[in-house]
Amino acid sequence: MSDELIRLTAAELGEKLAAGDVSSVEATRAHLDRIAAVDGAVHAFLHVDGERAVETAADIDRRRAAGEALGPLAGVPIAIKDVLVTKGMPSTSGSRILEGWIPPYDATPVTKVRAAGLVPLGKTNMDEFAMGSSTEHSAYGPTHNPWDLDRIPGGSGGGSAASVAAFEAPLALGSDTGGSIRQPAHVTGTVGVKPTYGAVSRYGSIALASSLDQIGPVTRTVLDAALLHDVIAGHDPLDSTSLNMAWPSMAEAVRRADVSGLRIGVITELDGEGFQPGVRQRFHEALELLERNGAEIVEVSAPHFEYSIAAYYLILPAEASSNLAKFDSVRFGLRVTPDGAGTVEQVMAATREAGFGPEVKRRIILGTYALSAGYYDAYYGSAQKVRTLVQRDFDAAFAKVDVLASPTAPTTAFKFGEKLADPVSMYLNDIATIPANLAGVPGISVPTGLAPEDGLPVGIQFLAPAREDARLYNVGGALEQLLVAEWGGPLLGKAPDLTAHELFATEEGAL
Amino acid sequence: MSEISAEQVAHLANLARIALTDEEIGHLTTELAQIMHAVEKVSEVATPDVPPTSHPIPMQNVYRDDVVGNTLTAEEALSGAPESDGSRFVVTAILGEEQ
Repeated sequence: MSDELIRLTAAELGEKLAAGDVSSVEATRAHLDRIAAVDGAVHAFLHVDGERAVETAADIDRRRAAGEALGPLAGVPIAIKDVLVTKGMPSTSGSRILEGWIPPYDATPVTKVRAAGLVPLGKTNMDEFAMGSSTEHSAYGPTHNPWDLDRIPGGSGGGSAASVAAFEAPLALGSDTGGSIRQPAHVTGTVGVKPTYGAVSRYGSIALASSLDQIGPVTRTVLDAALLHDVIAGHDPLDSTSLNMAWPSMAEAVRRADVSGLRIGVITELDGEGFQPGVRQRFHEALELLERNGAEIVEVSAPHFEYSIAAYYLILPAEASSNLAKFDSVRFGLRVTPDGAGTVEQVMAATREAGFGPEVKRRIILGTYALSAGYYDAYYGSAQKVRTLVQRDFDAAFAKVDVLASPTAPTTAFKFGEKLADPVSMYLNDIATIPANLAGVPGISVPTGLAPEDGLPVGIQFLAPAREDARLYNVGGALEQLLVAEWGGPLLGKAPDLTAHELFATEEGAL
Repeated sequence: MSEISAEQVAHLANLARIALTDEEIGHLTTELAQIMHAVEKVSEVATPDVPPTSHPIPMQNVYRDDVVGNTLTAEEALSGAPESDGSRFVVTAILGEEQ
């Protein structure tokens, strides 16, 4: 029973809860048991609040029994990326400098999921302040990919992606600054959506780069992502960049998914050199499948995308170096006092030296350099111009097609340590995902199968014009339905049995 | 453009208020030069006729009515501070001896 419960999609679980076939307490306990069984090996969570989760679940069960009208996800457990502040639950953003900090308020997406009756299980692991593509930059140790525990789960939101891939939670929240929702989805065989910039409030999201950050859903199916998207999207007066508009139902877009007549543009620049053969193979098979079902495939060029990474690694560090100035040892987090006390500035410098990891220091120094007098125009100013050129590429492409498509990332999950010593090669992971953040447009990653050469999952990315998030759910939902029918079941059904692995590891340990 | 010296990195670390060790300054000097070399590519297409974009979705100034909303209590605001006296954040000396 417990194993059946954790393998249900969030939509299915929501229906069973509504029908009274199962209680939220049972569903929540099943996921907490799963976490206890496998998270020692996966390390998706930085914090699990089992007691409060069961209390929240019991409250939902009581409200349901009293006849209260509840939403489609009421009583369904959810994992929350540690970048979002949570009242009463530690929030570290993967950094030592915030170890043990318990925020006095909830981020707006957290307020919304609580109001919709979802049950927060705990906080998920991430690269420190979301800087990374592998979770290897987490101050609390990496998360392991449930498909192969020796490999990275992607990043920065590797914890959220691994938690849903390992059936520890049916849903999770993520944040995407340059691909931190979509790239982990690609390497873990899950679904991840970066909504239009401003679609979901950033209030209470510990800022990395304010003009790029966006909160979004991390799930196993496109419908589940849509249901969660419908809960978290919407205007928030507490975030001045939040879009004040009415959104159509994303869940409806999935339920009505139909690609006949849909024009899909394949981005020439993201379909060649540097992409692993198996990644490209599954990408083209997916496109052919869509074509056979009525979509029209068109080749489009985005000549400035190749400058995206360079622009991103100027804009992001510049914004991050400003945002991270708030970690000053005064209002929250760590304080390290150097020998012989010293001034507040010396305390601040000693605290930041001890509290920040190497990637964070690298990017703060880089951002400080890019913003310094004499270099500002050449670096930051030029990067902002590239941003204009990337937007123009998108505008030209969307004049011809409804959505764009590319592989989500160039390779399958790599092994721990493989790219850690070479920051520039690590940055290349995000080549396909970064343009969307620069232009503010929405993107989704949907699993397309396993790469034949290594048996690891790969994904396809669709991009839509700003505010047209529903198009992603249409095409993503249609493709998922076609692929699952071909496979005879969801891709994650092929993932290794983690409890067997755990048992095996324990037996080995006993010898 | 990407000639970066250890002295420059030490200066940046001081501006960013991070007490880097000499070893870290050494690593970062090499890495920063590599990264800057990679990102200088932006200057190839950032010609004077291209306007800069600072924000992905064009927006006007956002205003709200000047009324008090939900705010943290002093106790909540101080709850995560390394040191406080119950109503204020406590820090060490603001000025050094030479200042």
